[in-house]
Amino acid sequence: MNTSERKTDADLNAYVDDQLDGHKRMEMEAWLAVHPEDAKRVEVYRKQNEELHNLFDSVIDEPIPSGLSDLVMKPRASSRKPSLMRIAATLAVLVTGAGSGWGLHEVYDQRTNPRLNAPPTFVERAVGAHLVYASEIRHPVEVAANQEKHLVAWLSKRLGSPLHPPHLRSAGYNLVGGRLLEESGAPAAQFMYEDNAGKRVTVYLRTYTGQDTAFKFFHTENASTFYWMDAPFAYALTGDLPRQDLLNIAHTVYEDLAP
Amino acid sequence: MTGFSERSGRAVFVPETIKGNWVLDKRKAIVAEIPKLRRFARALVGDLSAADDLVQDCLERALGRLHLWRKDTCMRAWLFTILRNLHINQIRYSARRPTETLIDEHHELSEGTSPAQGQRMMIRDLGQALEKLPDQQREIILLVGLENMSYKETAEILSVPVGTIMSRLSRGRETLRILMDDGDQDDKPPLRRVK
Repeated sequence: MNTSERKTDADLNAYVDDQLDGHKRMEMEAWLAVHPEDAKRVEVYRKQNEELHNLFDSVIDEPIPSGLSDLVMKPRASSRKPSLMRIAATLAVLVTGAGSGWGLHEVYDQRTNPRLNAPPTFVERAVGAHLVYASEIRHPVEVAANQEKHLVAWLSKRLGSPLHPPHLRSAGYNLVGGRLLEESGAPAAQFMYEDNAGKRVTVYLRTYTGQDTAFKFFHTENASTFYWMDAPFAYALTGDLPRQDLLNIAHTVYEDLAP
Repeated sequence: MTGFSERSGRAVFVPETIKGNWVLDKRKAIVAEIPKLRRFARALVGDLSAADDLVQDCLERALGRLHLWRKDTCMRAWLFTILRNLHINQIRYSARRPTETLIDEHHELSEGTSPAQGQRMMIRDLGQALEKLPDQQREIILLVGLENMSYKETAEILSVPVGTIMSRLSRGRETLRILMDDGDQDDKPPLRRVK
């Protein structure tokens, strides 16, 4: 064992903090046995840690102030519940619950949507546009990703609110580009993405001024969609992917678009 | 149009009641960390009520971002990251305390920069000595020495490389040692550079 190799301050600290593996630890102990000044410093540093605990550990034993625990456990009393948070909470639940085969449509509020399983018009439009353009080999987009700046400026101008294509690289998808679409006489935008295997997903946006935020899943034979509304836009993420995979991407989209 | 029959289409809506169970677990996990968050906050800011204000801000922020918390990340480290970032923002927006500039972060600590003998004699309390440290060193000493975070966890909480954690920790502890020395150890070995 090499005990003569000079030890640095970092080594001494790592020893104090128990961050050395077994071999290095033994080396250090051998070194300290013959280097009393370093051994002294190790002792001083350990005393510092002990003293920190003497100074501050009493807080641990105090009862948690009720104001703090209530804040967490009874959030409804004070929370403002912005719309984004509601979507986010729902989204998070879907992430953990996806794949468990929930069939919860029966609890859908029939007062606001008597057509139980029918998605909003924009979702039909989004799925239709996905099916038409995602299979397009030569002209999948109007403006390609290498002109992203132009794409962003153009679509923002046409839809009347600043927007940008969400970055899905962390989910393995690169932007192919985008195009302007029409929906009931109003402009809408489609961004297309592709993974390394050429698999495509699209993000569809249209302006939305309502208050609804519900995050929902819609599935047909050829494509699945997660869609949600969050003024000034309604969003639909569409792809021919397993629900869980699509949901992971939806999570990325949401996070990227969140302020 | 494509075939959106009610049979093939499926809309799923997650009601508050189902959502509740999952969120409740997360909330309980957060409450479980409150004592340690309070300890860390008190060590960071000193003042008791200011510390609890910081914890409250942290909890509010965490609840608002519960959706960003990932199952595979440590709840504790996540909360500490939020609290620490809030603290840093508060410092940035308020006047810096003059004591924080005693030792420059990038200044190589040597005998020439150690505090004068008289000052050294006065500091017997580690709490006082801690206040003399730059924030960047103090927070690491607290995370590692008080909260028993690993260097890796600390590096993640502070978003700096592990090597930086180690060098700041070394400098911070050594400064504390010198500050709290009674002055009867003139044979102190000169400090070595951290590799």
